[in-house]
Amino acid sequence: MSAAPAALVARHVSKRFGSVTALDDASLTVLAAEVHGLAGENGSGKSTLIRILAGYHAPGPGGELEVSGRPVRLPLRPGDSRALGLRFVHQDLGLIPSLSVVENLRITDLAVRRGWRISWAQERRRARETFARFGVELDPGARVADLRPAERALLAILRAVDAMRPGQGLLVLDEPTAFLPKADVEKLFALVRGLRAAGASVLLVSHDLDEVEKIADHVTVLRDGRTVGTVAATEARRGQVVQLVVGGRLGAPVARRRSHTGEKIVASIEQLSGEPVHDLSLDLVGGQVLGLTGLIGSGFEEVPYLLFGARRARDGRLTLAARSYDLAGMTPDRALRAGVALLPADRLRDGCVGSLPVADNVTLPVLDRYAARLHLDRGRLLSDAAALLTAFDVRPGDPRLPYRALSGGNQQKALLAKWLHSRPPLLLLDEPTHGVDVGARQQIFALIRRAVEDGSAVLCSSSDYEQLEAICDRVLVFSGGRIVHELAGEEVTKERIAESNAVSPPRDRGSRPTRAS
Amino acid sequence: MRLKPAAIGRRCALPVAWGAVVILFGSIESSTFLTAANFQTIFGSQTVLVVVTLGLLIPLTAGDYDLSVGSVVSLSAMVVALLNVDHGWAIGWAILAGVLSGAAVGLANGALVALLGLDSFVATLGSSAFVAGVVLWISGSRTVGGVSQDLVNPVIVRQLLGIPLGFYYGFALCLVLWYVLEYTPAGRRLLFVGRGRSVSRLSGVRVERVRLAAFLASGTISGVAGVLYAGTTGGADPSSGATFLLPAFAAAFLGATSIVPGRFNPWGSIVAVYFLVTGITGLQLLGVESFVQQLFYGGALVVALALSRLVDGRQADNLEG
Repeated sequence: MSAAPAALVARHVSKRFGSVTALDDASLTVLAAEVHGLAGENGSGKSTLIRILAGYHAPGPGGELEVSGRPVRLPLRPGDSRALGLRFVHQDLGLIPSLSVVENLRITDLAVRRGWRISWAQERRRARETFARFGVELDPGARVADLRPAERALLAILRAVDAMRPGQGLLVLDEPTAFLPKADVEKLFALVRGLRAAGASVLLVSHDLDEVEKIADHVTVLRDGRTVGTVAATEARRGQVVQLVVGGRLGAPVARRRSHTGEKIVASIEQLSGEPVHDLSLDLVGGQVLGLTGLIGSGFEEVPYLLFGARRARDGRLTLAARSYDLAGMTPDRALRAGVALLPADRLRDGCVGSLPVADNVTLPVLDRYAARLHLDRGRLLSDAAALLTAFDVRPGDPRLPYRALSGGNQQKALLAKWLHSRPPLLLLDEPTHGVDVGARQQIFALIRRAVEDGSAVLCSSSDYEQLEAICDRVLVFSGGRIVHELAGEEVTKERIAESNAVSPPRDRGSRPTRAS
Repeated sequence: MRLKPAAIGRRCALPVAWGAVVILFGSIESSTFLTAANFQTIFGSQTVLVVVTLGLLIPLTAGDYDLSVGSVVSLSAMVVALLNVDHGWAIGWAILAGVLSGAAVGLANGALVALLGLDSFVATLGSSAFVAGVVLWISGSRTVGGVSQDLVNPVIVRQLLGIPLGFYYGFALCLVLWYVLEYTPAGRRLLFVGRGRSVSRLSGVRVERVRLAAFLASGTISGVAGVLYAGTTGGADPSSGATFLLPAFAAAFLGATSIVPGRFNPWGSIVAVYFLVTGITGLQLLGVESFVQQLFYGGALVVALALSRLVDGRQADNLEG
């Protein structure tokens, strides 16, 4: 097999976004006719590398790329990767739910086709042939919205595969199993093995080390934008890969107080249900940070939004400060008045308006404090905002700057200032240090710690294990919308969290209601 | 905050352009253009457009289109004329009914958009045609004249400093709107709702209520514009309200490139209205035919959008890389 050139070789690939380094001299080699795993924590640079290969991002200078033994010039333009035989299935699948299976299957084809007539009968026949070839049962006329998640994933993969020349090319799957139950994962893997047998290569990006190990020939691990190693999956003990993923990173974790006895319960959640969370009950203790984690799609990332009323819950109750709230009727407005604050993960979509001044952004939730009869006291608003920015060490501290003029870390600190200065009894965080440089990260940890010491109960959902280790007193691991592991006290280490996540828990979804306290 | 020269230049671009237009026509046609009478006409004749534009700013700031403002002008003017002339209502009650008819349309628009979640562009396109149909129906497709002099006098006949009082009503509304948008919590919320629905909602702003209120306000203000129209012309005709729609959009978008660049703002809009009208008046004095009005308004709308896109694009580029 040494005769066949590698399907893809990438070397010295770097990428910076402003002050944040996403990729730092990363490399990746995918052999011909192999399944190659790409592993790493969130923010390790996996997605950036994939996007460079897809032509979405232009890498920094010095990067080299070879496809099937031929050197290719970087950066790629959007159509290039397709011409090179690279196909991508992104996590969101890129399907249009309101259209039919066959329309989705032909979407890329129709975009470039020159003819003027489409024979739908013929297209359906071709679709059926494709499905039959890969042993997949799909009705070409069905609406994609009516398909099960697994069927959608298969359709997206088949769409990518269908356009590949037989026995060649590279298919990149970005977290394809995130939303799938166990039996369907097998179906997907059977398809991947079939492709490999036919001579194509597959690059599988996944959090789930268990699954990577099951199907991949080699695994490449990224950490902090660098390639830290490529190991043969056969010899890769999970421990070795976990070690590579987590690494011995610098940056001393913020000192934590653990093992709290006799702390009082500030908030209780009872029987919270809402897509995809099932029947979740838990208590939040004052002066503690509770972490929620799991694979993307397992439900942990929805909990803050369901509690805040940003997404509608089906059922559940929240008890906070001796008052009880129906979560099915929760709205952000009510949640705020109840003393709940939410720090959303997507700063510029949900957190603050980039084009408006920092002062206006941080005072939006408490605007009425600055209303004197019909008048808005802008002078006091600006001086309060300036004081707030100083207290949260936001630089530059000019409250009149537009929010988007700040760097990522300072945007996040300003967002914390927006929510923390009203001292909410219950603080909900979603990926609080997403896209933030190392220095600001430590400051943000310290700010969260300070809020906790002031008596707030904090719930933090994150897939960044180091962050969870640094700030959490307790971590709950989710799968299929339920808690499957609980780590407390000395168990809260990034290794243990990574392990709990990598061990695919039983996905048969037993009827055991989840209760953690 | 100290402004850089470039920023000052952007803020003042429109007033400067207006001045340039005045100088241009003044030098070509000094005998007719640079006369007190001409400026009285320019300032005195545009009250209805100014008020419609100011009303339109409110939903635009909240991120919604209101295409029904023109039809509402026709409706309100027609209600005033019919009730006052045909049914003999006192002018005060007729005015109230006119304004309320505008408010009712605004409330219906708000309900469609904010409560049912319809796209504002399409919903108000529909309601605009519907209202235009109602106007034709109630008026029997005829022009109604002879509205009470008690309305005509304070709008167009009486003057202050040689300019009809109507001009000052528009000016006063601009002052109020500027204050509300800039110096009240309600104005801040409106702006945030327009810029970031999700941010606003997650910050506890009741987004739907704000959007509903914005439509109610624009309907009511367009209703007021209809009353002023009846006062200016002494009556109402079933279709001319619609001719205010495009100029109002052009002025709002052109105004958003100046004074407070990147934001719909009342002063910028007023300057934009008079800039456009000055240009059109000057060209007409030169003997250019009346189609120039269409060219000018349509062209201004597109140029304004292109300008603001260029400015935004440059800002976005500075942030990348």
